[in-house]
Amino acid sequence: MALPKIETRNVCKVYETVAGPMTAVDDFSLDVADNEFVCIVGPSGCGKSTYLRMLAGLDTHTSGTIQIRPGNDPKKPLNSVVFQEYAVFPWKTVIENVTFGLQMRGIGKEQRLETANYWLERVGLRKFANYYPYQISGGMKQRVSIIRALANDPEVLLMDEPLGALDAQTRIVLQDELLRIWEETHKTVVYITHSLDEAILLGDRVILMTAHPGRLLTTFHIDIKRPRTIETLNTPEFAELRGAIWEQLGKEVTRAMEMQA
Amino acid sequence: MTETLERATSGMFRRIPSVRNMQLGLPAALLLLTVVAIVWNGALYLTRLWAPLWWLALFGDFALTVVAAERIGRCVPPTYRKLYERTLAIGFPVMALVAWQLIVDAGILSPLWFPQPTRIAKALWDVTVNYDRASGTSLLGRPWLIPSRFEHDGWAGVWALFAESHVWATLGRVGAGFVIGAIPGILLGVVMGINRTVRLMLDTTLSAIYVLPKIAIFPLVMLMFADPFGEGPKIAVVALSVFFLMAINTMAGVRDIDPVFLMAGRNYGARGFQLLWHVILPAAMPVIFAGLRLALGTALIVIISVEFLRAKQGVGFMTFYYWEVMNPERMYAGLVVVMVLGVVLAYGLQALQRRLMPWQR
Repeated sequence: MALPKIETRNVCKVYETVAGPMTAVDDFSLDVADNEFVCIVGPSGCGKSTYLRMLAGLDTHTSGTIQIRPGNDPKKPLNSVVFQEYAVFPWKTVIENVTFGLQMRGIGKEQRLETANYWLERVGLRKFANYYPYQISGGMKQRVSIIRALANDPEVLLMDEPLGALDAQTRIVLQDELLRIWEETHKTVVYITHSLDEAILLGDRVILMTAHPGRLLTTFHIDIKRPRTIETLNTPEFAELRGAIWEQLGKEVTRAMEMQA
Repeated sequence: MTETLERATSGMFRRIPSVRNMQLGLPAALLLLTVVAIVWNGALYLTRLWAPLWWLALFGDFALTVVAAERIGRCVPPTYRKLYERTLAIGFPVMALVAWQLIVDAGILSPLWFPQPTRIAKALWDVTVNYDRASGTSLLGRPWLIPSRFEHDGWAGVWALFAESHVWATLGRVGAGFVIGAIPGILLGVVMGINRTVRLMLDTTLSAIYVLPKIAIFPLVMLMFADPFGEGPKIAVVALSVFFLMAINTMAGVRDIDPVFLMAGRNYGARGFQLLWHVILPAAMPVIFAGLRLALGTALIVIISVEFLRAKQGVGFMTFYYWEVMNPERMYAGLVVVMVLGVVLAYGLQALQRRLMPWQR
């Protein structure tokens, strides 16, 4: 078997607080294969976002090892994060946002614009290239955020509840779009979400996490064949899987809520 | 059967009258208000109470004007809404000026304290066109003389005209002090916003100096300069007041940046100066500009007070000078110039903001 793209071994994240140490992520191990789409689901406060930030190098881990294996091209960035809606820079136009990563890496203007225009065309935002974020809708902003990451062409794509702030209809449209883009690019993706449906629809694997402290609970392999579309949500095998996974997740969510109360 | 049901339920509903039903027609309403105004002022006048109770009379008239304007405003169709609002915004001050004029003309208020607007306008004209031989100054520097002076003395002649102007003296001090104070203030604010250690070390000191009235350090600033009566201390005191305000404001602005923008910037490869230029400065820009507007007001207060205290030129000097020689019209003219300066500078700042921040709605 090929070496995993992402290797996480026994990672712990402990915050030192006045009340003593607080463990956010406890002994978490996860390997992600090349071209795999992994979704992490768990109750709020399970440390899934913390894990993603550690993976992105935006936060430090207390112990354990995290590795992203570089590809053949050493200039390619290891990871790019898609944050929630508001991480699109309001002071940059749509196209300036999309080219941001390339610009920071010192890539020439012509190539930047070519890449950006390709992706803008791809998600139907070509017309809005020179708009500022306040002039476009939430769904469009999140599209910009997604193609900002894709234009950067990273080794792995890290997505932190990217559709969480959107309304239900826009979210479905974007899920469909994500599926289509992934079929073409087959990027390695780690996708954080609190929506079980979204996780099953998009992922090759769904990882459940427990809350307080965040631990790995179970892994489910999603064998629904690709290419998937939004119609996949209506198939009996989808319903069956969701039922099975919810049986475990539901318990964990209830437990987390009781702990908070 | 159905009839009884109808009657039974109809008693349970209350008809809410529409706006249109409740109102008197516009002409009738205006006529009524005019009658009330005549009765109100007439009664006070006939009882000889108008003069001693002029403030009460005016308050009543103001209230009646508000009611009338609101009544008219309700009938304005949406297409004329903007025009109506502009008329109100400009019309009322004009009306107030007319009232001022009439009240002073009637001898109710003394022209010594409240010279009529027409006389202030005349004084403003006088100080603009005339050259004051005693102090060697004029208000604007007589720009209409520029061509002839240039022919005679070249640039030196033009410069001499600018140098005699009160407005240019004040503008120069405010402008120089503003730039000298704001740029380092913003930079220090950014550093304090990013670096916790620097912030903890400096925050208390800066806050303490910030609340100090800047005019109070003017004597100290004068001591520091070789020429205490020159331009140096005046510019320095403006710069100091702007500096502290900008440092504190920018720090708050930088600390308020949503961390997700900083994370995004870092994740996409921005480091050091790139992060400052592409993320931190633009993200803090709205707060920085709010600070600049405040700083502009402070700078004007400081420069006018400094010119009251110790200056041979400047709008503040002019205002104070005409107070000393008991020429209230020209004193008021000085105040008008200060107001105009404030408005023009604030407008300039707003234009700059629109240019630098096109992403704001």
